[in-house]
Amino acid sequence: MVRKATAADAVRNRVNETMKPSPLRIHRPTTVDETLDLLAARGDTGKILAGGQSLVPVLNMRLAAPSDLFDITSVVGIDELEVSDADGSEEICVGASVTHRRVERSAEVTRTNPLLGEALRFVAHPAVRNRGTTVGSIAHADPNGEMPMVLALTGGRIEARSRRGERTLGAEELNIGPLETSLESDELITRAIFPALSAGSRTGFDELARRSGDYALAGVGMILDVDGETVTGLRCGFVSVTDVPDILDLGEAVSGARLSDASEVAATVAEAARDFIDPGGDIHASADYRRHLAGVIASRLFRRLCRSDGASGRGTAADSRGEDSPVVTTGDDTERRRA
Amino acid sequence: MTEDIDTEPTSNIRLAVNGTLYELEVPDRKLLSDVLRQDLELTGTHVGCEHGVCGACTVQLDGEPVRSCLMFAVTAQGHEITTVEGIGDDPENPSDVQQAFIDCHGLQCGFCTPGFVTTIDAYIDENPNPTAEEAREAVSGNLCRCTGYQNIVSAVCRAAELRAEGASQ
Repeated sequence: MVRKATAADAVRNRVNETMKPSPLRIHRPTTVDETLDLLAARGDTGKILAGGQSLVPVLNMRLAAPSDLFDITSVVGIDELEVSDADGSEEICVGASVTHRRVERSAEVTRTNPLLGEALRFVAHPAVRNRGTTVGSIAHADPNGEMPMVLALTGGRIEARSRRGERTLGAEELNIGPLETSLESDELITRAIFPALSAGSRTGFDELARRSGDYALAGVGMILDVDGETVTGLRCGFVSVTDVPDILDLGEAVSGARLSDASEVAATVAEAARDFIDPGGDIHASADYRRHLAGVIASRLFRRLCRSDGASGRGTAADSRGEDSPVVTTGDDTERRRA
Repeated sequence: MTEDIDTEPTSNIRLAVNGTLYELEVPDRKLLSDVLRQDLELTGTHVGCEHGVCGACTVQLDGEPVRSCLMFAVTAQGHEITTVEGIGDDPENPSDVQQAFIDCHGLQCGFCTPGFVTTIDAYIDENPNPTAEEAREAVSGNLCRCTGYQNIVSAVCRAAELRAEGASQ
């Protein structure tokens, strides 16, 4: 049944009802080429709209007023989510319109790069992840975002296209400042590529937020490489406490440590994390508090990953969230509190 | 706030809401939540924070809960939208989730309730037998300012029971 709009509806539309975003035109291209044409013509004053879960709040608050939005959710060929085998090493290719939810639910993704799914569970709420896209989150480059950090920590890259051509950028080339990337206004990220983690690696992600699903006060992602009972490498990435997703490589500091010495080594990891980051303070948390939290989370995560049953890793599907032991015998009271 | 309505970009759109296909002309910038409420007069969808935090405006898009305040009506074309009215709009014949809210006293003022109902309605399909902890996690994206969450969490579990009973009949 088709219900036609009535005259009253038309009048209602003429009435200038208060609308949250400022006036804009929405384009709905169906091909990448059409999108690139639009970006070439109007990209300097327009914005790409994918899931809109970060962009639309910004528009609703009128913190931005683009003239045009290019809705890419109907574009053919950028909705693929696949694990491909390139030269014997697997990688996960996430197309520009793939939602967080699809990535999170993919057993292949979990098998190949468990850190991605672990961090995704901290991205807002399911209702937001149902619309929000992983590539959009990377393009948004919010220091509070989990996905830019995971891309950097796992050594990922993005592919960007414009009418001028195509290029591939590593995370460190892409992220140049808070909410700022090195992309030009006529470029579209067509996909992000997350490499598979190596077989001996263990991964973990944790963050603390004032409300479930809210921006983290501090968050830490970790990849621990282990050979038998010995640590062979450790890389950490951070959420909300660095301007861009810089990676702290603690390989030299902790290599050779025994897993059974996790508690002592964790203090070193926490101190290195606190020294590495550069948090800002705001009404929600002072810089010192965020720095303290990052150290606590790093310490907890490291100890969790050192326990054989506490970590996700390549080939396991363990959901490590909430598996922190409730009481840890250290001198630090904060460690006993489960946020 | 006055804006020049003569230059306002508008689009003719077709929206599938609760099984009915509507044809209407809307400003491109008009949010799905506002079109549902103002143009289609489906005022069961409530608008709280209007930036995706409170969950009151949650509707189902192809069966999955989404924030209707974070979506333009223009971009909702081609999807099936279900509002709380599509889940149940007869006080004499509430849906299983609505009945669970009655049974468990899961609401007081009711402002947040439509967002909870649309969220939970989809959730118990995904997880037909949630624990209390899972139920709490399931509604963690919706804010309630008066009842508190204990009764709402109970309502999630009760709704799952009712759906299972309904399915077995």
